[in-house]
Amino acid sequence: MFVPFLVFRNAFRHKLRTTLTMVGIVVAIVAFGLLRTIVDAWYAGAEATSSARLISRNAISLVFPLPLNYAQKIRQVPGVTGVAAANWFGGEYINSSNFFPQFAIDPGPYLDMYPEYKLSEAERKAFLLDRQGAVVGRKLAERYGWKIGDTIPLRGTIYPGTWTFTLRGIYDGADAKVDESQFFFHWALLNERIKRIYPRRADSVGIYVVEIREPGQAAEISQRIDATFKNSLGETLTETEKAFQLGFVAMTEAILVAVQAVSFVIIVIIMAVMANTMAMTARERYSEYATMKAIGFSNGFVAMLIFAESIAIALIGGVLGVALTYPIASAFGNSLSSLFPIFNVSQETVLMQMGCALVVGVVAALIPAWRAAKVRIVDGLRAVA
Amino acid sequence: MNDVPSTAALVEIRHLSKSYVRGDQIIPVLVDINLDVAAGDFVALMGPSGSGKSTLLNLVAGIDKPTTGQILVAGVDIAQLSEGELAAWRAAHVGFIFQFYNLMPVLTAFQNVELPLQLTGLSRRERHERVENALALVSLADRMEHYPNELSGGQQQRVAIARALIADPTLIVADEPTGDLDRTTAGEILDLLGALNQELGKTIVMVTHDPKAASRAGRLIELEKGVLVG
Repeated sequence: MFVPFLVFRNAFRHKLRTTLTMVGIVVAIVAFGLLRTIVDAWYAGAEATSSARLISRNAISLVFPLPLNYAQKIRQVPGVTGVAAANWFGGEYINSSNFFPQFAIDPGPYLDMYPEYKLSEAERKAFLLDRQGAVVGRKLAERYGWKIGDTIPLRGTIYPGTWTFTLRGIYDGADAKVDESQFFFHWALLNERIKRIYPRRADSVGIYVVEIREPGQAAEISQRIDATFKNSLGETLTETEKAFQLGFVAMTEAILVAVQAVSFVIIVIIMAVMANTMAMTARERYSEYATMKAIGFSNGFVAMLIFAESIAIALIGGVLGVALTYPIASAFGNSLSSLFPIFNVSQETVLMQMGCALVVGVVAALIPAWRAAKVRIVDGLRAVA
Repeated sequence: MNDVPSTAALVEIRHLSKSYVRGDQIIPVLVDINLDVAAGDFVALMGPSGSGKSTLLNLVAGIDKPTTGQILVAGVDIAQLSEGELAAWRAAHVGFIFQFYNLMPVLTAFQNVELPLQLTGLSRRERHERVENALALVSLADRMEHYPNELSGGQQQRVAIARALIADPTLIVADEPTGDLDRTTAGEILDLLGALNQELGKTIVMVTHDPKAASRAGRLIELEKGVLVG
C-alpha cells in the first residue's frame, strides 16, 4: 500500500496544478469522445444496414428514377426473396428547419424487409389499410409530440403542394443503432398524385430495396440484377445496402478525415500540457528523488513513481471525461437530432477515450521519469526545488 | 601521499582520487587519499569550502564513484559495485543525515522514518515497532503523525536521525547536520549523535564547518584542496 499511498499524496501535493491538469484532460477526453461520436453518427446509417438487403438504383445517378415494372423482373432474379420500392420525398414540416427523412414506400414488403422497425400488429394493419396513413419513428413522434391519429401536413419541395397524412403507427428501433427519426408513407399515394400533376414522372421509383436469401451471394445477385437491365434505358447499379449508405458518407469524407484529425490533435495538445506538468513536478522533486535513491531505492523505483503519478492523474481525468461524455453527447444529440438521428457514445469510443488517457499519462511521464532516474544522487541532493 | 590508517578498520580508503572534467579541463577534487575509520569511531571531516570533504563523504556513503582507488566498507569494495548493487548496499549499510533534513514533505514523521524499512521484508507490525522505538529514541514519540512542515528544524533533524538509524546501518554519514540549526538546537543534535556513538556504538562520519561540532567527534580529519592535512 506504500506505493499507491505515496503516488496519491504526490499527485495531490499541488492541488490547484493537479486539478487544472485534470480539467484539461477531462475537456480533451470529452472533446475527443464527442468528435468520435460525430464520426460514428455519420456512419450510423451504414452500421444499421443488413447484409441481406441490396439497393438497386439508376446507374447514371440517384436523381434519375427506375421504371415501376423493374420490380417484377428483379423479383425473378435467382436468390431474390423480396423487392420494395422507395422514394425520397424531401418535404418540410411547418418550415425548412424541421428536417427529417421521409420516404414513400411499398408498405407491406418494405416493413417485412425491415424487421428492426418494431411496429405493433394493430398499427401495421391500420397503416396498410389507410392510403393516407404514415408511420414514424419514436424519436420523431416525441420531438413533435405526435400521437396516433394526428394529422401531419408536409409541404413538398420535390413534389409540390401540401401533403396531409394521418399518423397510423409509431415504430421503435430493435436496438440503439436503428434510426427512429424517419417518416414513411404509401408510395401509391405519391404515384397517384404525380400521375395527376406530372404524368410523365408517374410509375417510376427512386430505389428498389432487394431482399436476398444468402448474404454471401450479394455480389453475384447484384451482377445478375444489373445484367438484367443492361443496355436498357434505365440501367441499374445494385450494391449492398451498406455500400449504398457508405456512398453518402464518401461524399463528406474530407470533413470526416478533418474531424478525426482534430480529435487526435486535441489529444496531442493535452499530452504536451501534461508532459510539461510532469516535467515541472519531477524537476521540483529531484532532491527528494535523490534522497530516496541515497536511502536505497532504485532508479527504476523513482521512474515508476513518476509514471504511476502521471498515469493516475491521466486516468482519473479520463474516467471523469468518459462520465461527462454521456450527458454532453445526449444533450448534443438532442439538439442536433435532425442532423444526427443516431448519436450514441459507442463502447469503442469509450475504450479509445481511456486508451488516449493512458497514452497521455505514459507519454507525459517518459522524459521526466528518464531524467529523474538518471540524475546523479549528488546532483539531485544539490537541486533546489 | 596522505596516510591516516588505523587497525580494525570498518572503512578503508586506499589511493582514492576524484576529479571532474569541465570542458577540456580536469579538476582534481580529492588526491590520493588513504584513510581508515574504525568501527565505533565518530569522525569529523573539516576543511574550507571546496576542500573535498563532502565529496569524500559521498564516496564513503556510496552515492558517488571515485576516479581511481579503493573504498572498502566492512570488506566490500564499493567502488566496484554496479548502481543497482550500490543501492542495495546503501539500503543495508548506510544511514544518511543531511544538512536540510531531506524529509518527504507528503509523509508524516512516522512514515518518513518508516521509508527505509519499505525496502526490507519486515512485516507491518515489525516496522511499526521499530519506528516507534526510533522516534522514542530521538524524543519525538508524541510527534509521529506530524508532517515535516509542522515540525521545527531541530525536530525535523531528529526525524532524519531516526530515519538514518531505523535500518540499523553499519555506518552513519552526516553532511553538516547542524548547519541549518541555531546553536542550542545544534547542541542537542550533537548530543544525540554523541549518544548514538557512545551508547549504541554507531560509526559516524560527519562533515562540518563548525569547530564546536567537530570537537564533539572522537577524531578530527582535515582536508585542504583535496588532500588530507591532519
